Amino acid sequence: MKKITNFIAVFALAAIFTSCNQNDEGEKSGAMASSAAEKVYVSPGEHDEYYAFLSGGYSGNLTVYGLPSGRMLKEIPVFSQFPTNGYGYSEETKDMLKTSFGMVPWGDSHHPDISQTNGEIDGRWIFINENNTPRIARISLETFETEEIIEIPHSAGNHSSSYVTENTEYVVAGTRFSVPYPQRDMPIDEMKGNFKGPLTFIAVDDDGHMEIDFQVDMPGFNYDLSHPGRGESHGWFFFTTYNTEESHTMQEVNASQNDKDFIAAVNWKKISEYVENGGGEIMDAEYVHNVFDHDTQTTISTTKNEVLKVDPRDIPGAVFFMPTPKSPHGCDVDPSGEYIIGNGKLSSDLTVHSFSKMLDAIDNEEFDGDAYGIPVLKFESTLAGTVKDAGLGPLHTEFDDKGNAYTTFFISSEVVKWKVGSWEVLDRQPSYYSVGHLMISGGNSRKPDGKYMISLNKITKDRYLPTGPELEHSAQLFDISGDKMELLLDFPTHGEPHYAAAIKADKIKENSKKIYRLDENNHKYAALNEGETKMVREGNEVHVYMTTVRSHFAPDNLEGIHVGDKVYFHVTNLEQDFDVPHGFAVIGANTSELLIMPGQTKTITWEPKKPGVWPFYCTDFCSALHQEMQGYIRVSAEGANTPMKWGLDDEYTSN
Amino acid sequence: MKRSAILMILGSLLLLGLFYFPLWNIQLGAPQYPDPMGMNIFISGIEGEEEFDIQNIDGVNHYIGMKKIPTPAEMWEFQVFPIVIGGMAALGMVIGVLGFFRKIHPSWFLGWFILMLVLGLLGMYDFNNWLLDYGTDLDPKAIIKLTDPEGNPINYKPPLFGTQKILNFTAHSYPRTGAYLMFVGMTLTLGAWWIRKKALKTIK
Repeated sequence: MKKITNFIAVFALAAIFTSCNQNDEGEKSGAMASSAAEKVYVSPGEHDEYYAFLSGGYSGNLTVYGLPSGRMLKEIPVFSQFPTNGYGYSEETKDMLKTSFGMVPWGDSHHPDISQTNGEIDGRWIFINENNTPRIARISLETFETEEIIEIPHSAGNHSSSYVTENTEYVVAGTRFSVPYPQRDMPIDEMKGNFKGPLTFIAVDDDGHMEIDFQVDMPGFNYDLSHPGRGESHGWFFFTTYNTEESHTMQEVNASQNDKDFIAAVNWKKISEYVENGGGEIMDAEYVHNVFDHDTQTTISTTKNEVLKVDPRDIPGAVFFMPTPKSPHGCDVDPSGEYIIGNGKLSSDLTVHSFSKMLDAIDNEEFDGDAYGIPVLKFESTLAGTVKDAGLGPLHTEFDDKGNAYTTFFISSEVVKWKVGSWEVLDRQPSYYSVGHLMISGGNSRKPDGKYMISLNKITKDRYLPTGPELEHSAQLFDISGDKMELLLDFPTHGEPHYAAAIKADKIKENSKKIYRLDENNHKYAALNEGETKMVREGNEVHVYMTTVRSHFAPDNLEGIHVGDKVYFHVTNLEQDFDVPHGFAVIGANTSELLIMPGQTKTITWEPKKPGVWPFYCTDFCSALHQEMQGYIRVSAEGANTPMKWGLDDEYTSN
Repeated sequence: MKRSAILMILGSLLLLGLFYFPLWNIQLGAPQYPDPMGMNIFISGIEGEEEFDIQNIDGVNHYIGMKKIPTPAEMWEFQVFPIVIGGMAALGMVIGVLGFFRKIHPSWFLGWFILMLVLGLLGMYDFNNWLLDYGTDLDPKAIIKLTDPEGNPINYKPPLFGTQKILNFTAHSYPRTGAYLMFVGMTLTLGAWWIRKKALKTIK
């Protein structure tokens, strides 16, 4: 009997455990999973809540995603040729990639930043820097196209860029690799004291046009990242530095010897006034400034030969150094503008400087010597606090709207949430894997939007189906509206996103253009109707004024082209209907295709190599008769006397 | 008495709304046109709802060989309709004013209403004829030629009134503000006649 009782007891206990386990599992895989899924699910045909702009890194471009779905909406070509639509190949856009080094077909894009008004992101433009051949681009958020690229002279490694001040007065471009200033032939090991790290301030006017206002001649450290002051600290800009050792080789060791490097605090308002009053010194420079002119739909490229250099030591109170431990990487300013966070990447701590303490320390001259004549403030004088043992290898910090900060840790591969002011760690979530930047919409403005955060991870490994040794990077979306961060979604990203920026969709989506107006098309070679189509020979150059409309080219038969000619196809899309592009491709072209939006004119060149009859066609499935949207070009041997003749539907014109 | 005359004047005046508001509207939606293209039909011509709608409707219609949407100069109706509407409004007002001073019999009110009704029906008949011609008189070299099960060419005529599917498009054809003002105006004139007639009876 006793045995039986025991047996029953054991059985009952087993039943309890089994049912408990079932309940636990049921809740986890059921309710939890579905709530994350529901949060990122955007029904077919519905729109995302945010636009997110992710730098393409070594793709040179900028990709546009929708959040929270993580769906990629567009890749905007910026610093790299883009055969998909002809950017950087077409006659209209190839000069966008012109630099003082000639045409540079590739770039390394890093830090997108949306224009601001009163410290809030306003959605007019987005800026992005190119690290390799220093340049800053401005992209319109009406057309989602690159409108302007300015080269930064005397800079190398344009990394602490392209951050904007709180009314978009300036976009800044720092120098990561210190270099001779100006460049000259000299022994590398004489770097120390001879190299410089100029910081360039580019003024932005009301139409977004950029002009270099001045360059601050800074000691030859590596200016890594930067952010503007805001609120009380508006008028200042903060830059992290590393390699204050000024080592020129084996920098992974030699640039990591100093216990502290600096955050440079630059009072740009003071320098701006100094320059306005005639301060500074003109120095030689060579840089190219490219503007896409919407009227003529063509790039206007100008080479400039001088820049205004400012020695900060000539302006009392213009620049100070704040010692910051362990080769700081990210330099982030909280929404109030009071706290400047140095993410000491070789440390487990974060150093937070106080702006008001910095001003007091300057007033009281609490200096700890100087570096090349620039006052170094006492470490303790500006220190607001330290976030202790938060993780390993802090890189970047962003902020929400509830007084919290979120810092990425590359080495310990996690995002850590902490309280601004008390410096206590509140939460940590792993990132998969080794997160670089993170991004909160408006997280570097006066008004962050604390709903979502994305981490931009550097290592992907096993997160998706394997695709060979080379993988796309990965981003992770977190819900940060609660006390704890909740991982919602993984999504692959293109190139190597460094920084990103996001904005509420309703701030820009109504401004997004649907077509280009044909009656505003002042392209030199546009044919605005089929009656204006023609062929014009100028020596061995043949200009074809061509049009597209569903579903034919005009003309679609062309004769009188010879081997040795250079043919310019100027193709105008006559459509004025949303989302009816036409493409143009011709056999053996050594360039790319064209993708022409309604109302646009684009030009591609073709140098026929062999006599024959060669086809061209529309590459965009434009309509039911898209397959029929094709034509022929007769190419005659060099020296043959085939006359020029063009037409459509057997109605020819010739000359 | 005065009240009915005022109604008659007001009713005729409402016709003038047709000079400012469209009489009719045809919208064309399709899977590719979630935001439908539309044309507003005024008594003096046809306009796109959005700036490029007419151009885009013509562009789509060329596949089935339809003629382009006519310009005002291409249809006599767009010259005559404004005169007819203007004339009827003026006539209605004159009748109303004479009625106000009791110079005419109430039957004039009814007479105006019947004339307007006949003209309106003629206008609708003419409009329907134009739609029929537009939907059936197609370019013999049309790119897409479809036939019904009996082998006759498909009729692409949009409905005079209502919603109808035509290939991938759904056409919606309905009156707009101008027409509604006209309907209200005509009802007012009929009411004016009714009130006056009843008033005369009680006097007798």
